[in-house]
Formats: sequence, C-alpha cells, structure tokens
Amino acid sequence: MNNMIVFPLILPIMTAILLVFFRHNIILQRIVSIITMAVVTIISAVIVWAVPVHGILRLDFSGWQPPYGILFVADSFAALLVFTASLVTTIILLYATCTIGEKRERNFFYTFVLLMIAGVNGSFLTGDIFNLFVCFEVMLLASYVLITLGGERVQLRESIKYVLINVVASWLFLVALAYLYSTLGTLNMAHIALRVTEAGQGPLLTTVSLVFLAVFALKAGLLLFQWLPGSYSAPPPAVAALFAALLTKVGIYALFRTYTLMFTHDALPYRLIGIMAMLTIIAGCLGALSGRDVRTIAVYNVLIGVGFILLGLAIGTEVAFQGAIYYVLHDIIAKAFLFLCIGTMIYLTGETVIDQMSGLIRNYPVFGWLFFIVMCALAGIPPLSGFIGKVLIAQAAVAEGDFLLIAVGLASSIIVLYSLLRIFLSAFFGETIIPLGEEMPLPKTVIWPIIMLALLTIALGVGAQAIANYVVHAAEVLANPTQYIDAVLPEALKKGM
Amino acid sequence: MKINDVILRTVTKAVVFIILTLGVYLFFAGHHAPGGGFIGGLVLASGIVLLYLAYDIETVHRGVPFNFKKVAAVGVLLATGTGIGSIFFDVPFLTQTGKYITLPILGKTSFSTVTLFEAGVALTVVGTVVTIILSISEEEEG
Repeated sequence: MNNMIVFPLILPIMTAILLVFFRHNIILQRIVSIITMAVVTIISAVIVWAVPVHGILRLDFSGWQPPYGILFVADSFAALLVFTASLVTTIILLYATCTIGEKRERNFFYTFVLLMIAGVNGSFLTGDIFNLFVCFEVMLLASYVLITLGGERVQLRESIKYVLINVVASWLFLVALAYLYSTLGTLNMAHIALRVTEAGQGPLLTTVSLVFLAVFALKAGLLLFQWLPGSYSAPPPAVAALFAALLTKVGIYALFRTYTLMFTHDALPYRLIGIMAMLTIIAGCLGALSGRDVRTIAVYNVLIGVGFILLGLAIGTEVAFQGAIYYVLHDIIAKAFLFLCIGTMIYLTGETVIDQMSGLIRNYPVFGWLFFIVMCALAGIPPLSGFIGKVLIAQAAVAEGDFLLIAVGLASSIIVLYSLLRIFLSAFFGETIIPLGEEMPLPKTVIWPIIMLALLTIALGVGAQAIANYVVHAAEVLANPTQYIDAVLPEALKKGM
Repeated sequence: MKINDVILRTVTKAVVFIILTLGVYLFFAGHHAPGGGFIGGLVLASGIVLLYLAYDIETVHRGVPFNFKKVAAVGVLLATGTGIGSIFFDVPFLTQTGKYITLPILGKTSFSTVTLFEAGVALTVVGTVVTIILSISEEEEG
C-alpha cells in the first residue's frame, strides 16, 4: 500500500529511460510520456485522498527503519504539491508536443522533462534531507539540459549563469548538510527536528539553519533571484512554463519543510524570511512595471508569487499556512498558464515587446479572453484561484498584527494587475496588426492546454471548499510538526532510547 | 599524425584483461567487502577507455559494438527494475532478498537480487563514463 508513494518518482524515471531506446519514434515518445504523467497524476490524486484517511504515509526503502534508512513521507502538503505538479506537467507536455519542435524532441526532450519531474516529485516526497539534495540535483541536471537544449545563442548565454549559480548553491547545500550532520548526527528530517528540540536551538543551530535559508532562497528565487529573470525567459515557452511552475516551488517547499519541521524554535529566520519576501515582492513589482518585453513582465511576476507565498511562512500561523498552500497550488497552475499564454503570443506575432503587438483579441478572441482569465487569477480576483490564498494570508497577518507584510503583499496584487493589464491593453486591444482572415491559425493542441489550465484555475477558485479538507490537514501538520515526527519515527527513538 | 605506439598497444592487450578481471572481482567482492557496482563499473570503464586510448575508435567499436548510451540506459532500467520488482511481493520498494545455494564446484554460493541491482549500477557507470570520454574526444557523434 505505502509503496504507492514511490511511483511519482520511479514511473517518470523508468519511462524516461525507456524512451532513450525509441529516440527516433517521436509519436511514441509523445504518447508514452503524456500517458505516464497522466498515470502519475492519478496515483498522486489517490495519495492526496489517502493521507487524511490513513494518516501520513511513510515508505522505508528496503525496509530500513528510520532514522537509518532513506524514506519517503507523504503528508498532505507534499501530496497536494505532487498532484498539482504532475497535473500541470501533463498539460504542459500536451502543449510541448506541438510547439517544441522535432529537433528538440529527437534529442531526448521528453526524457529530460520526465527526469526533471521525477526530481521535483522526489524532492516533495523525501523525508531525508540528503535525499532532498539528491532529488534537487536530479531536477537541476535535467533542467540544465532543458535550458540549453536547442543551443540557441541566448539560451547558451543564460544557461551559463543558470548552471553556475546553481552549482554554487548546490555546493552551499552540501556545506550546510555537513554542518548539520556534524552537529546533530542525523539526516532524517523528523529525527533532526527531534534532536533540535532536545538540544535546544542555540546560536549554532540557528546559524546552520541560516545557511539552509541562503541555499533555498537561491533556489526559490527569494531575494537572491538575480539569475532568474534571464534564464527563465531564454528557453522555449513549454520549458519556461515548466520552470516557472515547478522549479521555484521546490525551493519554497524546502523552505517550508526546514522552518516548519526542523528549525522552529527561533524567531530570527522567520523575521528574515519576512523581510526577504517583502524585498522580493518590491523588486518583482519594479521589474514587472519597468519591463517592455512580455517575457520580462511574466518572469518578474514569478518573483512576486514567490514572495507572496513566503509571506505565509513568515507569519507562521496555521491560517497563514493554509493560505500559503492554497496560493502555492494556485501559483503552479497560474504561472504555467501565464507562460504558455506569453509563449503563444510570441509564437503568433513573432514579437516580444508589447508595443509591437496590437489587437490580438480580434484575431484570436478565445485566446484573448484566456489571457484575461490568467490576469484576473494572478491579481487574485474572485472566484479565481488566487483569491482564497490571498484572503487567508491577509487574515492571518491581521490576526498577528503583521500589517507591513500584508500591505506590501496586497499592494503587489495591484501591480500584478497593472503589469498584466498593460500587456492586455496594448497587445490584445487596439488596432489589429494582422489583417482579419490572414492570421496564423491557432492549432488545437496549442489552445486546448491553455483552456485546461484556465479551467483548473476556475476549478481551484470555485472548488476551494472541496479541497479545503486536504489543505486544512496539510496546514495542521505544518503547524504541529510533532504529527510529522510521530508518523516517521518509531516509538523507542522518541523516548530517548 | 601517426604515432608509433607499439609498446602501448602491446601492454594494453595484456593489461586490459587484468583491469577487466579486477573490475569483475571488485564487482562481486562488493557483496560483503569493499567494492560493488559503482567501483567495479568505474574499473571496467577504465579498461574500455584504455582500449580507446591505445587504438582508434573504429577498431574498438568493431570489437565492442555497443552504443554506450544504451548500455547506461539498460543499467538504469535493471537497477530500477529490481526496485520495482519488490513491489510485486508487497514489501517496501527496493527490498532485496538472497539465498545461499551449494553449487558443485564453487561450494556454498550466495545468490541475491542485490547483485542484479549492482549489475545495473555497474552498467550505468560503464555507459556513462565511456559516453563522457567519447563525447569529449569526438567532434560529432552518431
């Protein structure tokens, strides 16, 4: 039964490797990879359902008991993220089949997408912090290939920055792990949490936790995001959408795990995260306002999202966690949505600067209104998906008296709306530049994935109540780490053996 | 440029067998002693790389006609396959099992599924190392 939770990792890996043998059969590669991700989505939906019913699921690899073996732990937070990530990847793969180009497909595009999603899912599910590092590396190595695949000039230029900054961050991650292991003597996250509680979180442990903060901030694009705008706008739209939807979320997830499970006894990191999140939001707003290039505007919107989610962590109450979970799910969907829209705009017009596009809504009415939906969703207009997360975080902030945090957070919504409205007004309204009837036809495989994402944001907004059960459960575990520890560690260990 | 490397080639012919034997030995030793799939695989790969150094790629390819990318892929499949296999017996993922069997000549011998897993690791390492070396040395690869 618990073996189920390894499938989101192992199925994509095995399929990815199988596809190596069918390098030239592109149709087969497309079908198999989409089916695999659909199956993973279904399995992760079952996991999401099973966690509140059966409690937190745990799988000890090879039967080695924690804290000695490596293990996967699925609580509601991880399960919801795995589900959303797999679902969005399936949709992006649909979009990619039509837009990515045969040259990339022949060079193992699907293999690397699957390996990346395996790394992402592994990072969400693992209960061992060294295994988290390994899954991060799986994800990053695959993303290095995806960002350079195709070998265009701008891709190679941006990939150098991307690879360098991530290699340095990974090195820092290893250093942090070494400090952690030498002070606590364990790598199992629940065991770390237990030992931190037993030993008391003194200055030394807080310092170690701050090294982790630096690492994950680099990966999540929290304040240390200087590498992000360039590298997310270089690759083709399907890859950029995958990156924007998933990669920063893994960093965010790691931050949540670190500061809700392991290092919970010192207020300093939370204050720091709050300040960093505010600065990220402000910088993201400045970037989104100043950009003339649609990709730049979209990329800075990613940063605003990251900052907003981490406000939830900085506030640190159960309601704030609920809001952050809703918002991270929304952000995965909406960022994929936004990047596919932006990519399609560039594909249709061949332009990237907003002033060069005009009147697209006359040529492509459906697509135009889809962009309107993503704009409303990102700004947090009800009944779309961004609303509930923002409301919950705002409630928690007011309850805790963190007025500055939430003022910045909510002000950013206006900026998001304004920055996207600029695209909408300039590129979709106005005189059309393409004569009616002469426009490039919009293929069904391009528009349908975008419609699906639109339906998802509406579903998440309208059906927020339907998943409330799971979100509440997830937030409860985040707010009470003992539940996680109890589910992972055997009784004898907790009594101090 | 043609180099006269008779000595290298002659030595290679003998040494490659020693290296390969050591690789296989390390692979099996890994069951209870230092060694194992990763180390054995590295040593095996170093033997093959030595062949590539002493002879040209075409000659070696005639003797060892594998696509090493696929060797690596087979390795990963084998390793993950043994992990998946344990799921069908309703035990945790990656669980391995083993048994001692008395054979006519070898005597009491240990057979275990972890050897298959390690074989997967070894193939992956061989495939990856040789692919890296070939990619560095070649301009364009088929």
